[in-house]
Amino acid sequence: MMINRFLALCLMLMLLVPVPAAVNAQTADDPRAATGGAQTLDDILARQRGEAVDDTFRRDATGSPDTAAGIADQLGTLGGVSDPELWRALRYGSTDIRASSQGPATGILIQDGGMAWLAFRAGPLAHWGGYLLLGMLAVLAVFYLLRGKIRLDGKATGRTIQRFSAVERFAHWLLAGSFVVLGLTGLFTLFGRVALIPIFGKDAYSAMAIAGKWLHNNIAWAFMLGLILVTIFWIAHNIPNRHDLKWLAVGGGLFTKGVHPPAKKFNAGQKLIFWSVVVLGLSISASGVSLLFPFELPMFAKTFAILNGTGLPQALGYGELPTVLGPHQEMQLAQLWHSIVAFVFMALIIAHIYLGSVGMEGAFDAMGTGDVDVQWAKEHHGLWYDEVAHAGGDAKIADTPAE
Amino acid sequence: MKSMYLAFLAIAVIAVIADIGLGHAGFSVEDVTAGPAVRLD
Repeated sequence: MMINRFLALCLMLMLLVPVPAAVNAQTADDPRAATGGAQTLDDILARQRGEAVDDTFRRDATGSPDTAAGIADQLGTLGGVSDPELWRALRYGSTDIRASSQGPATGILIQDGGMAWLAFRAGPLAHWGGYLLLGMLAVLAVFYLLRGKIRLDGKATGRTIQRFSAVERFAHWLLAGSFVVLGLTGLFTLFGRVALIPIFGKDAYSAMAIAGKWLHNNIAWAFMLGLILVTIFWIAHNIPNRHDLKWLAVGGGLFTKGVHPPAKKFNAGQKLIFWSVVVLGLSISASGVSLLFPFELPMFAKTFAILNGTGLPQALGYGELPTVLGPHQEMQLAQLWHSIVAFVFMALIIAHIYLGSVGMEGAFDAMGTGDVDVQWAKEHHGLWYDEVAHAGGDAKIADTPAE
Repeated sequence: MKSMYLAFLAIAVIAVIADIGLGHAGFSVEDVTAGPAVRLD
């Protein structure tokens, strides 16, 4: 009995006295002492709450040759680096890697940004991007139901005036045709798993995806050439002027029958489209070229450094954006940015296609044959018509009806 | 409409030239990612 009581007392003392003291001391000095330096439940919970966790306790725990046992001793051949420490160094990209394949990113064996990229791509990007396109289609459908096709208020004269030259139309269709193929193949890539595989099956979709990738990669050059040509041809005509304010004030007459605000070669709405195409086109081309030559042309670390210099991210509450990015992170950001810009671009161009085809009588002729009816020119681009007609432009006015 | 059809033809021609040209210029996947120590065939 005495022995049992003595052992019980010893056990109580061991449980009650030394342990809490030790825990308190460890908590105050080293929050991970209880786990031997490994992550704790608090770390895991904080990460699950989305809080930033200082991971230097893991990132820097990669062993040291200085602590290695003698080469003839037990585990001496490990060189002071245990297996967990080696994997930790691989995971944080701090170990010396030599790969037999060449290329700028072959030395990175583990990177964990891929899961965040995949989650964003399959989640918010696909959802909101899809909603944006469907929303634009819905808005145009409602607009068509309410306003109908915008027809000529006056009677067509049967006389035509050249609106765009053959070279201008070639540049436009080079840009437009390539954009449509790029947009469709991009959508096939993003939504193939959820929308196309259930319909066509995996084998057929595989062939479609391979063909789509070839088209997307190689038609991109025609898009960039078209963008350059269109910018050169039309930039001078798209400088904002005072007439644009009048045009915007009445909504371009799009919502009211019989209203025709004055406009030169391009009205304010077309100028908005033009500058959007230039800005979005440049941005999507930059990220596209970065993706075409993987790891060779990273752009986000430099962009983030420039943005940090402006103070804008800090003012918006994002803090300093990271200026040191791994090769795969650069590619992931480029892919996401490429897709975001593409969705905005597509939504914009869907509206442009609508107004240039079924939405407005006679609009397609401008880019189809290049000639529009004189009445159409007077109603939609009155100032431009006056300039052409009164500047010796009679040769451009023909007595043939617009097709 | 000739301009439109010509532009569409140009898109196809540019795409083929880009594919062949970049391959010959050493930008194929094989040229970029494989080294002497990697045997692909």
